[in-house]
Amino acid sequence: MSISAAEVERVAFLARLHLTAAEKEDYARQLGAVLSYAGRLRELDLSAVEPTAHATPLFNVLREDAPGESMERELALANAPEAIDGFFAVPRIV
Amino acid sequence: MDIRLSECSVAELGRLLRGRELSAAELTEYYLERIERLDPAVRAYISVLADKARIRAREMDALLSAGAGGPLTGVPAALKDNICLAGAVTTCASKALANFRPPYSATAAEKLLHAGAVVLGKLNMDEFAMGSSTEYSAFFPTHNPWDLARVPGGSSGGAAAAVAAGTAPYAIGSDTGGSIRQPASFCGVVGMKPTYGAVSRYGLVAFASSLDQIGPLTRTVADNALVLTAIAGHDPKDSTSAPNEPGDYSAGLEEGARGLKIGLPKEFFREGLAPGVEKVIRDSARRLESLGAEVGECSLPHMDHAIAAYYLIAPAECSSNLARYDGVRYGLRAPAADVIDMFQASRSAGFGPEVKRRIMLGTYALSAGYYDAYYLQAQKLRTLIRQDYERVFAEYDVILSPTAPTAAYRFGEMSDPLSMYMGDIYTIPVNLAGLPAISLPAGLTDGMPVGVQFIGRHFEEALLYQAAFALEQSVAFTERPALTEVD
Repeated sequence: MSISAAEVERVAFLARLHLTAAEKEDYARQLGAVLSYAGRLRELDLSAVEPTAHATPLFNVLREDAPGESMERELALANAPEAIDGFFAVPRIV
Repeated sequence: MDIRLSECSVAELGRLLRGRELSAAELTEYYLERIERLDPAVRAYISVLADKARIRAREMDALLSAGAGGPLTGVPAALKDNICLAGAVTTCASKALANFRPPYSATAAEKLLHAGAVVLGKLNMDEFAMGSSTEYSAFFPTHNPWDLARVPGGSSGGAAAAVAAGTAPYAIGSDTGGSIRQPASFCGVVGMKPTYGAVSRYGLVAFASSLDQIGPLTRTVADNALVLTAIAGHDPKDSTSAPNEPGDYSAGLEEGARGLKIGLPKEFFREGLAPGVEKVIRDSARRLESLGAEVGECSLPHMDHAIAAYYLIAPAECSSNLARYDGVRYGLRAPAADVIDMFQASRSAGFGPEVKRRIMLGTYALSAGYYDAYYLQAQKLRTLIRQDYERVFAEYDVILSPTAPTAAYRFGEMSDPLSMYMGDIYTIPVNLAGLPAISLPAGLTDGMPVGVQFIGRHFEEALLYQAAFALEQSVAFTERPALTEVD
């Protein structure tokens, strides 16, 4: 199984990745191989099985709605590729 | 001093330090010197925090001289480079985070510091913990101390190699589908993946959040229990952290294997398992029987489908977790004209091939039209796997299995992604079910170490340590890589 070039491009856009021509070709083949392997799951009748999202059951973990300390702005911005006037800066959007 | 410090257990080092026969400063120098000498060949470390470690060691000496401190005080340690340590570059072995200095420490790192650890440095791994050989580190591969032409396993390959080479007394890794246990097996050390939720994931760079778990890599089972006791426990900062109090994992260590009911899953002894590995597992089962354990055959019928389920669930969670690397708040930003282009250019320049492959796979599996066919099916299969284990644990106390189908392979030998994924067959189902499991060295095949794995019920790490300790004492695995035979 191989997935189409158009499909690879659609998924790459959803994932916000630019792919080279060679990467597109590799991924079409490799994703196809993994997905056809994963297709084995359809050999099983799972219609009556409940899905498991988490292995240990914990529900609605809440904390007190109490004010606490938060990170200093300077520290929060320390890793920013670009910061202006205490804000994260990005290329112009509008 | 005429004892070889690199051969001392963590517990012994702690005793020497508390008895003031050895200072933390001396011990730290000893390890920094070993790193300088041995690490150019092994390459386990991404960064060595020599200055910080020296300062910290002197602080720990002051504590110890005042009669304070516990079993880990002043003992050096190293962290996999996906565990945040405030102020120290934490790269995840990715170009995307090559210069990232986390503003806070992971809870597991905080707890270690609280216990008195001296952090020597940060350890190599497959990029974002995606891989089984450390070949997918964006910086350089780590070499197996037993044979430098072979991989150390992964993704915690740096952690396992450092402990095996004696360039760290112990290390902290993470395990999403076998990333602590498989490298522990490949490098002849002890590696524990605790129950999901036993150790806080706060400050562990996320890969697949429903599967990721932090755990220790050590030279002995007793050391492993000691370190896990220090890092486990509830953390309000991680909503998936288990609310129960963990207690002392070392407490039942010496109770022996007598009366333990041990299951050998018949599905694990089939095609694909190397004969040299199978022999070590069968020998271990016989040893446990001779120690008074009852060993029987059990069945985990859905294991054949576990890899398929994992390689949908883990990439799906990875694709959403790694969406945060957009070049806005931290990490690599590539120059671009507009903001969408900036996201794309930054992500494409920052991520390596395996990370991109998994993001693509996960995005595909979650995208409209495929969710039910792939992701939902995988989540349902996860239920069947959990139930398989529940049935076995109604009858048996622990499961004994291989950790990996082979010993460490040579660089470049596992070039096809799907065959690399198949190597996780014995470890992946454990993560899907959230169970604890430990790998310990139990023999050699062609000169390379082979690990065996014990799997237990949720939160029964103490019983795993008990079984593993009994086997460890019986096997008396004293072989060491030739490279470490220098002081």
